[in-house]
Amino acid sequence: MDQAWSRPVHLYGVERPRGSKTVPSTPVFLPPDSLQRLLDSLRGSGRQLMGPLVRDGAIVFDRIENAAELPRGMRDIQSPGSYRLEQSDSPRLFAWANGPQALKPMTFAPEEVLWQVVRDDSGLHFEPQASTPAPTAVIGVRGCDLAALQLQKAHFLQEGAEDPAFQRRLDKLLIVAVDCSHPADTCFCASTGDGPDAGPGHDIALTELDEGFLLRAGSPQGQEIIDSLALPPASTAQLQAAAESSRGASDAQTRKLPATDLRDALFARQDHPHWAAVAERCLACGNCTAVCPSCFCSAYEPRPSLDGAESEQVRLWDSCFSFEHSNLHGHPVRDDIRLRYRQWLTHKLAGWHDQYGRSGCTGCGRCISWCPVGIDLTEEVASLLEEPA
Amino acid sequence: MNMHTTLPMPAQVKERIQESADIFTLRLQYPDLAGDQRYAFAPGQFNMLYLHGVGEVAISIVSDPQDERLFDHTIRAVGRVTRGMSQLKEGDWVGVRGPFGVGWPLAEAEGKDVVIITGGLGCAPVVAVINYIFRRRERFGQVTIMQGVKHREDLIWRERYDQWAQQPDTTVALAADNPEQDQSLFSGNVVQLFDRVDLQPDNAVAMLCGPEIMMKYAIEALMQRGFPDTRLWVSMERNMQCGNGLCGHCQMGPLFVCRDGPVFRYDRIAEWFFRKGF
Ligand code: SF4
Ligand code: SF4
Ligand code: FES
Repeated sequence: MDQAWSRPVHLYGVERPRGSKTVPSTPVFLPPDSLQRLLDSLRGSGRQLMGPLVRDGAIVFDRIENAAELPRGMRDIQSPGSYRLEQSDSPRLFAWANGPQALKPMTFAPEEVLWQVVRDDSGLHFEPQASTPAPTAVIGVRGCDLAALQLQKAHFLQEGAEDPAFQRRLDKLLIVAVDCSHPADTCFCASTGDGPDAGPGHDIALTELDEGFLLRAGSPQGQEIIDSLALPPASTAQLQAAAESSRGASDAQTRKLPATDLRDALFARQDHPHWAAVAERCLACGNCTAVCPSCFCSAYEPRPSLDGAESEQVRLWDSCFSFEHSNLHGHPVRDDIRLRYRQWLTHKLAGWHDQYGRSGCTGCGRCISWCPVGIDLTEEVASLLEEPA
Repeated sequence: MNMHTTLPMPAQVKERIQESADIFTLRLQYPDLAGDQRYAFAPGQFNMLYLHGVGEVAISIVSDPQDERLFDHTIRAVGRVTRGMSQLKEGDWVGVRGPFGVGWPLAEAEGKDVVIITGGLGCAPVVAVINYIFRRRERFGQVTIMQGVKHREDLIWRERYDQWAQQPDTTVALAADNPEQDQSLFSGNVVQLFDRVDLQPDNAVAMLCGPEIMMKYAIEALMQRGFPDTRLWVSMERNMQCGNGLCGHCQMGPLFVCRDGPVFRYDRIAEWFFRKGF
């Protein structure tokens, strides 16, 4: 199997992201005091701008208007079961890795009305949900989340079953990615091949250096915005600094997943005793699936009006850790935590290969930090692989 | 007519048939279907039926694709939605999305003997295929139908089985754990019926539907008798909410039962079949 994807993404070095056809158009240099100009042009054409903000002790994406709102000097300290922010005196705005929320909610909404129905004397009348999402630009997206967006596209836009809600949101989204310069201790995107630099799927990508930003376009729309800023090309020294930053960001990562296709190895270990050992710690809370940028499960629920004449069909994020997820005639196929953890890990790292041609993990590390008991999938995989199948 | 995968189409209950204490059939019609248009589907495929304000449920289509205008769903009232549906009357409305999934390998079965094995209560997907075959009897070889149930009264559609048994080149073998003096029923389970039928594996396909444990033993018996795993087909059931490969509930290993199934060639699911938790 082609393992091209499981190499770190270094844009300015020799290695290039999987699937990217073009070397980035000559990067240009944006001085820090001009960042507002970029934000203003992102907000052009009636777009709302989403960016990283500090809220309740974590980095989250929300509406922003000014560069001054960005989390200057903020660092995230992550380890299994723990996430906290620390203010540093660094002037950088993107010196953090991630927060609990990925890009996912902007295309696959946590709650979405799929259709409405009205009942009257002449029968049932179904109407698709046709509301158009607001045009949105988002700044601060990382390589792991861009890669996860590619996975979500493969799932939600499969031929013949394209999800209209996902498509509508995606069509309205302009993505400004930022190469990761400060991975967290939980990150392992270099081993999955999805970072630290932003791979394909963005409109614009930024590299943050001490002296300012390098910008490169990933789409014609991004190129247009960059051109409108009339910026000078990046200097050789700046490009070199970017390459070093990228290399440093991969070298700093200590966790990793094996760079091989784990499909057969994991399915062959369905009965491994280690599943039961994990189940003793796992609370089946579903945090890992909620923070995972590639998880796609959803529950369909009716929401009838009080008089019963009308109803909406709502789609909500679901998790394979919930008891009802595998319900069949009143009894779940996975009636204990061992089976549910095994479902999660084998789907993520094995089933995805058959479904969409690669692993479903992009190395963001969120499921490690946000697990209340600190279960670390990279360690669980290592334990499972220790003994031969 | 196109598939309706995301938005339900209204359909009207034209007839409601009580098959047993908790099994009923709804005969549905799309009023929007113009002139001689038919609802195009394949036996073994299913629809997501929506009961207003209560929810959707995956139900296999039992009628024949050539039937004019009406399509039938045989439903067992076991959950919230199906119990609600059992209250529906003629003239009431439901929503329908579908048809979904992959049905029985009928083109492949033409010119071959067909062995149909089912167990449990009213296995609708096989009724669809049996009806299909008898309507086109000349296209198929020897037909063997084997069914096992717990109690005699669980054999709904008993007259149909009797009619099928009268057909040329057809064997119907029925077993009940509790046959209650009914001489035509073998006392035992469906696997024990294998000693009472004559199966020629060389030019045959087998189609199975019912409880997984029954299918597991029947598959073992078929393979012992020389059926290759590539000529065994099974209809699977899993939790289904979207029907079109999006919601993730029906996953069995890497397979989406709604989209890649519900009918699978056995060798393609053997890795996960009857493995607890998949
Ligand atoms: S499995 Fe964990 S590390 Fe991998 S993409 Fe999902 S949340 Fe991130
Ligand atoms: S089955 Fe579990 S791991 Fe797979 S997408 Fe659904 S919630 Fe995520
Ligand atoms: S029923 Fe939703 S994915 Fe199969």
